[in-house]
Amino acid sequence: MKKAKLMVLAVAALGLPHAATAQTQDELRTLREQVRQLDKRVSEAEQAAIQASSRPTGENAMNPAISVILNGIYSNLSQDPNGFRINGFTPTLGEVGPGVRGLSLGESELALAANIDHHFRGTLIASISPDNDSIGVEEGYIQTLSLSYGFTVKAGRFFSGVGYQNQIHAHAWDFTDAPLASKAFLGNQLGEDGVQLKWVAPTPLYFDLGVELGRGRQFPAGPEGGRNKNGVGSSNVFAHVGGDLGTSVAWQTGVSYLSTSPQDRTFDDPDSTGTTVTNSFSGRSRLWVLDGILKWAPNQNPTYTYFKLQGEYFRRKEDGNLTYDTTAASLGAQTGGFASGQSGWYLQGVYQFVPMWRVGYRYDRLNAGTTGNGLVDSGALTAADFPILAAYNPTRHTVMVDWSPSEFSRVRLQAASDKSRSDVTDKQVFLQYIVSLGAHGAHKF
Amino acid sequence: MKAILKILAASGLSLAALPAAAALNVFACEQEWAALAQELAGDKASVYSATTALQDAHRVEARPSLIARVRSADLVICAGAELEVGWLPLLLTQSGNARIQPGSAGYLEASQFVPKLEIPKVVDRALGDVHPSGNPHVHLDPRNIAKVADVLTERLVQIDPASAEVYKARAGVFHERWRAAMSRWEKEAARLKGVPVVVYHKDMSYFLNWAGMREAGSLEPKPGLPPTPAHLAELVERMKRDPAKVVVYSPYNSPRAAEFLSERTKIPSLMLPFTVGGTDKAKDLFGLFDDTIARLLATVK
Repeated sequence: MKKAKLMVLAVAALGLPHAATAQTQDELRTLREQVRQLDKRVSEAEQAAIQASSRPTGENAMNPAISVILNGIYSNLSQDPNGFRINGFTPTLGEVGPGVRGLSLGESELALAANIDHHFRGTLIASISPDNDSIGVEEGYIQTLSLSYGFTVKAGRFFSGVGYQNQIHAHAWDFTDAPLASKAFLGNQLGEDGVQLKWVAPTPLYFDLGVELGRGRQFPAGPEGGRNKNGVGSSNVFAHVGGDLGTSVAWQTGVSYLSTSPQDRTFDDPDSTGTTVTNSFSGRSRLWVLDGILKWAPNQNPTYTYFKLQGEYFRRKEDGNLTYDTTAASLGAQTGGFASGQSGWYLQGVYQFVPMWRVGYRYDRLNAGTTGNGLVDSGALTAADFPILAAYNPTRHTVMVDWSPSEFSRVRLQAASDKSRSDVTDKQVFLQYIVSLGAHGAHKF
Repeated sequence: MKAILKILAASGLSLAALPAAAALNVFACEQEWAALAQELAGDKASVYSATTALQDAHRVEARPSLIARVRSADLVICAGAELEVGWLPLLLTQSGNARIQPGSAGYLEASQFVPKLEIPKVVDRALGDVHPSGNPHVHLDPRNIAKVADVLTERLVQIDPASAEVYKARAGVFHERWRAAMSRWEKEAARLKGVPVVVYHKDMSYFLNWAGMREAGSLEPKPGLPPTPAHLAELVERMKRDPAKVVVYSPYNSPRAAEFLSERTKIPSLMLPFTVGGTDKAKDLFGLFDDTIARLLATVK
């Protein structure tokens, strides 16, 4: 203001007409006001733009994230898949074979997930079976968000935290099928109805500790669907350690212990007379799994190349009673003591050598170990009455190459030489597509 | 024995001193937000960045080391707008940390507080990896940094009120320096106005918009899909009709596609820092813009 007055004085002193200066003053004031108004409007418009660009619109803005997984496969199997068995190992209640020959649609998956409120997150993953027109709940659980101190609780149906690959959905596996060890010890993949409590340590080195209590609805528990009893039918304890090594390697290793008490867990096996009889096991089953994963990507940037090494070691001890021919279809029901100590492992490596293209190799091996069968030892029956339990160490070699034109689609060609059966080698070739539609999923390490 | 006691005493002291020196654990998804948090919080916070300039923030895995960091974080600051959609949600749900869940003061998505560019009218994966809420690489417009600095200061004050005065004072100093730097950059970048560039990915859009430069093409045929020979050949043709002055790419991109185009068209290719740490000179946010503009000016001339 002072400056303006001085200027007016100076102008007056110079003898210029006074009226003109006053007019300039007025104009200046109006201009200033206009600039102020304009400035206000610009910042208002900017705020509106931020609002508009950040606000989801429409009633469906609250819909959960929806995604669909579709997959289809062409299988060429040198052996009849209906005769599939893993010799040396108790069958696992469900289907673990390589599927049907020829062209087939795989299980379609529908996933819905969202935060329920500030305490819980909910996830439902339904699997739609292509053949018997049924919809199954693969996973359906709630998970806490607000417990703090590193604790989370999961409740409902979820893939058990036993081992590494068990928690990963089939569409995110690096090979078309599960490792032999997962097939033999977990019936492909163990989904449990139960509660999981997990704690993550407040350390820069990742460390977690968890416990799961479940109904025991699947193998290695039994019977199928879980026992008719109150309380807990299956428990699993696990721990993981993980971190980074330098700037290009990340690793994680874990151990888990799954303990169940199967009751009347049945399996079919042709006995020495050629009759298919139903046998059943009751007792205790304890499974140790040691798992490890190591991923290498230059500067942790997996866009161009990466290498992934993954392996698991399973060791199971079972003891209890084995009842032969429960339905008395052949030589009549008889019960004897039964104990087994078996193991298995796999190791696989997957290498992305250029963007979009990966190759992989997997080696599977199972060790039938030792089996003590009271019915055979006592001479009541012979080993020929339990052909599937005869000692045999299955192995399998698998190679694959896959192409992922985007994050949402993958085409895979896989070949395997499978010696799960003691008498034949199954030469398998799979050509498969796996795609995901909808919400961008997040995958576990 | 004495020596052992001394060591024990010293380590005890350093342990006791640790929480006071770093009251706040800040987990930033990207280097630029880590740098901003460091500017505003100084030694009041220990800042960890989940990614480096050599990583594509869209393709990061939810590694155990990241879960461990989020577990102890008081504040998570990320770009948002679906950039980290493939890994951040897992870190949040696996961490067992209520302080940093979406909706709480400890969760900050920078892109929510700035006007976004390239909000798609049609959302279809056939168009590539499009982001329905707009381009998430908002940090390359210096005006956006200033806006996010305001929100971040508010959050720091809210989470750690004991040090409120420190955060406010540091924010004041930062804004003053930033304003001065911005007017300098505006003058320097005036020569870049209207200059056509070929980008690798749509990660430079905010810078181009701020500097008034023009995107004449991108090496990726569609956002998020790697360059293909067919697309590059088409770009070579297009450059004959509408030549760009420079082909830019980021440290996390392979330089091969840019070099290929550069060889065929004689248009120089240039790596820009993209984020803090992307080049030696991009040591902090000031260096990031200084070096980006300097490199462009030196190449475009």
